[in-house]
Amino acid sequence: MGTLLEVVDLQTHFLTRGGVVRAVDGVSWDVAEGETVALVGESGCGKSVSALSIMRLVAAPAGRIVGGRVLFKGRDLLSLDEEAMRRVRGREIAMIFQEPMTSLNPVLTIGRQITEGLETHLDMTPTAARARAAELLSMVGIPDPARRLAQYPHQFSGGMRQRMMIAMALACEPSLVLADEPTTALDVTIQAQILELMKSLSRRLGVAMLMITHNLGVVARYADRVNVMYAGKIIERGTAREIYANPRHPYTLGLLRSVPRLDEPRRARLDPIEGQPPDLSRLPGGCSFAPRCAFRVERCLVETPPLRPIGSAEHVSACWEAERVRAAREPVGGRT
Amino acid sequence: MSGEVLLEVRNLVKHFEIGGGLFGGRRGLVRAVDGVSFAIRRGETLGLVGESGCGKTTTGRCILQLETPTSGEILFEGRDLTKLGADELRAVRRRLQVIFQDPYSSLNPRMTVGEIIAEPLHVHGIVRGAGARRDRVRDLLRQVGLLPQHAGRYPHQLSGGQRQRVGIARALAMEPALIVCDEPVSALDVSIQAQIINLLEDLQAELGLTYLFIAHDLAVVRHISDRVAVMYLGKIVELADRKTLYDDPLHPYTRALLSAVPIPDPELEARREHIVLRGEVPSPLDPPSGCVFHPRCPIAVDRCRQIVPELREVKPGHWAACLLA
Ligand SMILES: Nc1ncnc2c1ncn2[C@@H]1O[C@H](COP(=O)(O)OP(=O)(O)OP(=O)(O)O)[C@@H](O)[C@H]1O
Ligand SMILES: Nc1ncnc2c1ncn2[C@@H]1O[C@H](COP(=O)(O)OP(=O)(O)O)[C@@H](O)[C@H]1O
Ligand code: SF4
Ligand code: SF4
Ligand SMILES: [Mg+2]
Ligand SMILES: [Mg+2]
Repeated sequence: MGTLLEVVDLQTHFLTRGGVVRAVDGVSWDVAEGETVALVGESGCGKSVSALSIMRLVAAPAGRIVGGRVLFKGRDLLSLDEEAMRRVRGREIAMIFQEPMTSLNPVLTIGRQITEGLETHLDMTPTAARARAAELLSMVGIPDPARRLAQYPHQFSGGMRQRMMIAMALACEPSLVLADEPTTALDVTIQAQILELMKSLSRRLGVAMLMITHNLGVVARYADRVNVMYAGKIIERGTAREIYANPRHPYTLGLLRSVPRLDEPRRARLDPIEGQPPDLSRLPGGCSFAPRCAFRVERCLVETPPLRPIGSAEHVSACWEAERVRAAREPVGGRT
Repeated sequence: MSGEVLLEVRNLVKHFEIGGGLFGGRRGLVRAVDGVSFAIRRGETLGLVGESGCGKTTTGRCILQLETPTSGEILFEGRDLTKLGADELRAVRRRLQVIFQDPYSSLNPRMTVGEIIAEPLHVHGIVRGAGARRDRVRDLLRQVGLLPQHAGRYPHQLSGGQRQRVGIARALAMEPALIVCDEPVSALDVSIQAQIINLLEDLQAELGLTYLFIAHDLAVVRHISDRVAVMYLGKIVELADRKTLYDDPLHPYTRALLSAVPIPDPELEARREHIVLRGEVPSPLDPPSGCVFHPRCPIAVDRCRQIVPELREVKPGHWAACLLA
């Protein structure tokens, strides 16, 4: 399958009173047609800003894309004029946010919010757009769509609003959906419903997806490939299977080890990653993970490790000591 | 777990009246907690899980006497808190502490960490004299993994994990017997959650604390709890020791919850069967008749619509509220 989106050395900074925040600090990744790629990492590491940068929705003037390219179907979105970019948003790339309430207009009916896009992007007549909107709502499993179209966002539950966001995102049949923590605010049983829905729709419609999440379980079930982000950088990438079975960056390894798992015997004690994520306006020199890293050597404090292939070209890790990480993969700590 | 019972909740009911009044809206009764009973033994951790809005926080707030129960008894060290006078209650309340989900909103932004921890020591006369209080604050900071210099910082100068440690230190200052931990790690990053969970376990071992651990993350609850209660729409639907509940759940809701938790292993996830529940959690304003779970239950039968299943001891120590269990 061909490459749909290629992000090359993207850099997005925010100017704050505390200094320059390097939210996205030179990251490169890509998404193939129809593929689901995950971007995982803890809060503040730059996941949302990455997605917003692709859509060119970073809050100006504080936030600015200061470098890189975003090649979508071969065109650099960063060099498009605003008019052309508007046509890309919604029509070709759609976005789903964590909290649907903030991205739905509270004073417009759901029907109006869906038909608006259909009329402007696809030149549909109001009647055709209404019919299509009802079809979309039933596709995402909202019963009684005709009546639901006349209602306002606050009349829906969180799970239903997220279904609506998915319907709106898919309305214009985009080739890429950026889903930013689409189920984080939902309960587990509703989360499972929404994720199954997204997975079956993306398969059926051949839509590629960038899935942003901090939930390693969600990634395991729904992503083909995984990018692990830490402090504004991608620190490891590989197929989902590789990343989980064979993590080769101390941070990825630490994340996987720190969560209790239902499929394993209960551990006597959890293995946390010590310390805390760095302040992105005061990044240390060398490897950003060094202050928390159990594998750290002297070189880590002075030289920033680049992403390098490990084993296969598909699997890359930004760690000077990736070989030792492999050896340390087996879990430690007693079991009960 | 044998030990003596520290806290017993009997038939706890908390209904909220809403609507009418200034903002109008439909009048109604939110059945937030609707007949909940359980006991916690000294030194034990009871996990309370369920989806948002099922009544976990309200149960905790009733125990802490932050809400007045509509009915029911809350026996702490044998005395019914709902019947105590103000003075007696104040003395007992100290031994019941809480740690909240959002450490930020629960700490006074204008006080330093040192002042936040010293305040209860002073107000309740636990430690007398400024010097002695400073020493005690330093000990408490160390106990929760913070440094003496953190005493001079303000909450906004700390990370989420550090703020949660301050919240824990403040609770410990009161020398509690029971701590209600209401989603204490939900707002924290994955890499920090494990630090706080380990800390809570260490403190329990060191100080003999008893926890009511409220959370919606089933893997975290399994890790920390001795026994686990599952709540749905204001009721406990299943209660058992940790191993039994996770290895051999009896209630269809517990089974669905467990199967909905994604596991961080792609190969396993690909093979695993998921029970995807239909529909959404009904409103506690208008709970379904009979078994409240029946509209979503994959194995419901006709009589589930009429008969309210009692929470009964299906096997020794294993309670479930299901007609078919
Ligand atoms: N005052 C409020 N009114 C309406 N909804 C609210 C209010 N406060 C929180 N919520 C909703 O509750 C949900 C959880 O809120 P919050 O952001 O505190 O949790 P979270 O970190 O997203 O997830 P978790 O449920 O694990 O705490 C969100 O969907 C939010 O919209
Ligand atoms: N003060 C209140 N007034 C009205 N309804 C409330 C109040 N507090 C809680 N509720 C309702 O009671 C139910 C249970 O809430 P809560 O105990 O906070 O649930 P949980 O902690 O399990 O998420 C919810 O429907 C909630 O909206
Ligand atoms: S480069 Fe060094 S500090 Fe960074 S993750 Fe690898 S071993 Fe740790
Ligand atoms: S009583 Fe009926 S509806 Fe309720 S959980 Fe059991 S089988 Fe399902
Ligand atoms: Mg985000
Ligand atoms: Mg709650």
